Amino acid sequence: MKFSRIMRLMICAIIVLACAACNTEHRFVKKTEFKGTNTIVICFAGPVDKDWATNPASIQINEEQDPDILLKIESIELSEDGKTLTINMKDSVNKTSVHQVALNDIMADGKSQGSAVVSVKKLYWGNLLSILIGAIFVQNYVFVKYLGLCVYLGVTQKKSTAVGMGFTFTIVILFSTSISWFLYQYILKPFQIEFLQIIVFIGLVSLTVQAVDTILRKVNPILFKEFGVYLVLIISSCLILAVPLIMAAQDYDFFESLMLSGGAGLGFFIALFLMACVRERIDLAPIPESYKGMPIAFIVSGLFALSFMGFSGMSLF
Amino acid sequence: MLEDKKSYSNIFLNGIFNDNPIFRLALSMCPAVGISTNMMNGLLMGIAVLFVQFCSSLTISLIKDFIHPRIRIPTYTLTIATWVTVTDLVLAAFFPVAYKSLGIFVRLIVVFCFITMRLDVFARKNPVFPSLVDAVGMGMGFMLGMIAIGGVRELMGMGTLLGYDVLGFRPLLFFVLPASGFFVVGFMMAIFNYTEIVFNRRKRARRTAS
Repeated sequence: MKFSRIMRLMICAIIVLACAACNTEHRFVKKTEFKGTNTIVICFAGPVDKDWATNPASIQINEEQDPDILLKIESIELSEDGKTLTINMKDSVNKTSVHQVALNDIMADGKSQGSAVVSVKKLYWGNLLSILIGAIFVQNYVFVKYLGLCVYLGVTQKKSTAVGMGFTFTIVILFSTSISWFLYQYILKPFQIEFLQIIVFIGLVSLTVQAVDTILRKVNPILFKEFGVYLVLIISSCLILAVPLIMAAQDYDFFESLMLSGGAGLGFFIALFLMACVRERIDLAPIPESYKGMPIAFIVSGLFALSFMGFSGMSLF
Repeated sequence: MLEDKKSYSNIFLNGIFNDNPIFRLALSMCPAVGISTNMMNGLLMGIAVLFVQFCSSLTISLIKDFIHPRIRIPTYTLTIATWVTVTDLVLAAFFPVAYKSLGIFVRLIVVFCFITMRLDVFARKNPVFPSLVDAVGMGMGFMLGMIAIGGVRELMGMGTLLGYDVLGFRPLLFFVLPASGFFVVGFMMAIFNYTEIVFNRRKRARRTAS
């Protein structure tokens, strides 16, 4: 009974989100999307006139953050039924930023439909997924951004500790980032005290860790016995503060910041696991005495970092 | 014990050699790997850390009698966070170019373990002046480590030092790659270890001979 109610609520939320994702601002424009590297496609509710569409004055495109710079249009094509307009740009478009398309005085069947300014952005779900994959692989926080190295070198002596740390870390960072998102959006931003973000975020992280510690101790003592040791270590990791700071700097919405923190946690987990596997083998290998311990660990991380460079420049959606 | 001059110099040198944050304690490696691509970055980061360590040691050793032992760690964190905010805003206002190249790492000084460690180990138990000497020693140790790593990477990668052309050619462009930070730190640590091993072996040989 309870479960089905939760399911119903979730389905409603998904429908609302999906509607928000494919919503455009004008009744005559049905859909806008990016295609390829330098093409924008606009679908209309009805056929538009060819004279209007090929007139260069009727369409202007710019990025949302700098409206003064108009992007150059190479060519405009209208499909057979007159409903789909394909705009080829001269340069490749930066898909991460929102583009605005100004359609001046749309003419359909000889009648004016009024002017419209519609925005073109990446698909919302695709955007979320690309943030997640980006945080795990492309911008892996350990091997590409070099954050959280103290904990990374400290707990990778054994595979079991690495897995425990990765698991605990993912949960804590999900909690602390979502709480700091609320605090940033609803307290720091409205009162214009963003400069206090370092103090607020570090306090919040300590509080979250303490809260998880207390709750876990009461609710599940067996789990606490296994993972309680890592909770104290988490505060000293750079990563736990870096993710809220990046979230605030990029001005992400709630789901985006969830994806960012989840990706950061999973990426950290992967890094810890890989390193622990290698270090268990290294302990048995005959290496020079001066390289034992930290130096060889650093060199192995360097090799990992080189291989993770292969992900750079990869983009999904 | 702390009154005579020799022990002050001991405290100061302890931060640079015995307890060097980068090469000996292997704490706060993130900036040592992340932004040490040239000497200037290392110098600026070192100065920022030195400032934060100095000011927070001063604050904590001044107010140490009022801190309840059970809440000491949150107090340290908030003190450091305050001084880091000051550093962050000052750097952003007066050195915007350098601030951009240091990126997020200036704000992450908050979670550098060795600053908190020094406050807990030293500033909590000692009067103001020794704490300041210790803070300067630790900060200098970090700064020298950063300068050494940055200098090696800049010299090997670009053939320059602090932007001035020294070698006239580029020995190994590999050292400018972001990933090479790990290799440089690893090799430098190995060299430190090697000299220590050789030094100890000679000492032992001399002792057995005499």
